[in-house]
Amino acid sequence: MRIAVASGKGGTGKTTIATNLALSLAAGHSPPPLFLDCDVEAPNAHLFLKPIFEQRQDVGILIPRVDEAKCTHCGKCAEVCQYHAIAVLGTKTLVFPQLCHGCGSCTALCPEHAITEIPDVMGVVERGVTPEGISFARGVLDVGEPMAVPVIRQLKKWVVPRPEQVVIVDAPPGTSCPVVESMRGANFVLLVTEPTPFGLHDLRLAVHVARELNIPVGVVINRDGSGYAGVDEFCVAEDLPILMRLPFERTIAEGIARGQTLIKIHPDYTERFRQMFADIVERIRQ
Amino acid sequence: MKQLVILSGKGGTGKTSVAAAFAHLAHDGPQSLRAALADADVDAANLELVLEPDQTESHDFVGGSVAVIDPQLCQGCGICEQVCRFNAVLPPSFSGRGAGGESYRVDPIACEGCAACVYQCPEEAIHMEPQTAGQWYRSESRYGPLFHAELRPAQENSGKLVTLVKQQARLAALDGDYPLLIVDGPPGIGCPVISSASGADLALIVAEPTAAGIHDMERVLQTTAHFRVPALVCINKADIYPEGAEQIEAYCRERGIEIVGRIPFDESVTDAMVCGEPVTAYCPESPASRALVEIWLRVIAQLFPSGESANARN
Amino acid sequence: MKIILTTTSPNIDSEIDPRFGRGAYLLVVDTDTMQADAHPNPGVNASGGAGIQAAQFVTDQNAEAVISGDFGPNAFNALQAAGIAMYLYADCRTARQAIERFQAGQLQQVGAPTQSGHHG
Repeated sequence: MRIAVASGKGGTGKTTIATNLALSLAAGHSPPPLFLDCDVEAPNAHLFLKPIFEQRQDVGILIPRVDEAKCTHCGKCAEVCQYHAIAVLGTKTLVFPQLCHGCGSCTALCPEHAITEIPDVMGVVERGVTPEGISFARGVLDVGEPMAVPVIRQLKKWVVPRPEQVVIVDAPPGTSCPVVESMRGANFVLLVTEPTPFGLHDLRLAVHVARELNIPVGVVINRDGSGYAGVDEFCVAEDLPILMRLPFERTIAEGIARGQTLIKIHPDYTERFRQMFADIVERIRQ
Repeated sequence: MKQLVILSGKGGTGKTSVAAAFAHLAHDGPQSLRAALADADVDAANLELVLEPDQTESHDFVGGSVAVIDPQLCQGCGICEQVCRFNAVLPPSFSGRGAGGESYRVDPIACEGCAACVYQCPEEAIHMEPQTAGQWYRSESRYGPLFHAELRPAQENSGKLVTLVKQQARLAALDGDYPLLIVDGPPGIGCPVISSASGADLALIVAEPTAAGIHDMERVLQTTAHFRVPALVCINKADIYPEGAEQIEAYCRERGIEIVGRIPFDESVTDAMVCGEPVTAYCPESPASRALVEIWLRVIAQLFPSGESANARN
Repeated sequence: MKIILTTTSPNIDSEIDPRFGRGAYLLVVDTDTMQADAHPNPGVNASGGAGIQAAQFVTDQNAEAVISGDFGPNAFNALQAAGIAMYLYADCRTARQAIERFQAGQLQQVGAPTQSGHHG
């Protein structure tokens, strides 16, 4: 059972919902859940779940390395590369690592077999355990590296859930490929939104992404109480279940600002999260 | 022409609200200058919701291509699946969704457009098809021209669309002799952020004084430093966690980064958004608006030292 | 000798376009005859690797030098690998002026990328 928590708009409370869901399930589940922080550009879940990291590994893609002794500068590699990541310039064949997607095409197609592949590190994956026994893993993209997707992809491969282990994925904001990669493989997508025009606009897009991936969706409305009805109306019109509402409360905002978890600030939320999980399980079964 | 990019690291800190306020203040504020606007958050473009512009141009954006397998030519050898590193080739048992027959099929969402399968298919049964990944637009708002885009959900090539939007904005700004281009940036630190920051004369980081906000502010400041874009910081919702605001100030002080203002948490920002206006236009006397005016003045003082060319084109 | 300049219009009296990877035209000039041929810059509409594509064009033309306003790291590495000298147009306005200053040895040669990269 894998639940991806996403949003479209940034700052709606994905990490808050994802971490507190994991905490709420930790005591009642065996094994406790696996939490994957896939927001590799700006990971935050560790601030709230406070895992002790036990393992760490560099991740990246394989990029071409040209053996100039064998290279005849025929230009086949440059011809097949769709990203202009390899080019023949005069008597040198140059590789541009940040444009490379690691597809292996140039390597496979070089008629002289002059290309081998070497790892290009883009980030790191780390895993550990939280005080509550939650298995925690995250990816962190190196500053200056443009592509998040390979790190997310490798994080997902690196950490295999145990049988019966619930997996909670904290997705990045947005609606493009890093979000798709985070959502892929989930049984359910929980979209966290806020009742504002920005929240509605981006919720629509996020729903679209989940539907492209054929994954059922539920909505959590965070910072409820603005009086703006657009999000509710949208959910009704699209037949999207609203699985939880969290009111805007200054005490919650201040607690989270300090790095406190929601269930620490309001312990009665633990039961609400458990009920939401049960609701999700039931919906998937149908 | 100077370029200002507004970034944050963490999502939801208030970049778009600040960008909208600056658009208004550039046009109607105490030291007005003509500004062009670009919304570089192409995944979730919100700036037009508070500027309510009229769209004047719309263009397709072709981001890249995806591979398409011709079922008539496919002999089912499976080489495409073997060479694909992105799990984008589905074997015949998955074809039940309508592709039919014995053919392999490409999942267009997973496909990264590398064409490895095209070149290695022994039957030459695969070709690349350009994909319209989204649209970019030019609109006219009450404060100036706005360049923005929508990436179709689940698409790749966000960064490329950002670059395109900025290029168009930059060309229009140069053609129209605008002294300033304001770029509303995306969250994160990856390709879309890098594209939005490239060529910027200054980055304004809108920081949130929360545990997560501080962590991500540090990452985005490392990113602007990496790409040698000078940065200023303002603290939004500053009173939510005063110790957090102090942490930010200490961090910036240690690195010689100027903090140009603190915006208090203020409901008028949300109210303004719901009404489709920048907060400085909606409620000029609100605490947030007053703080934003101060920040704006400091930002343009940095961009146009000694008032050079800022007043040249009123 | 053969040199290339990035220009906004396809002729020798055009204004220089400051960006190598995305300048509208690549103007190929034979400095002995002052004959100029303009080609649309392949980098202009490139979704990525604009500087590399422009550099590829320059290399394929067997030009000896390029004059533009800035060279990002990809373009710089590519042109350097190809052994093509890079010059900045300074305050010249037109291609013709830049060529004259180049011939007089007054333009500054570039030894490192002039921009931190345009990414996309």
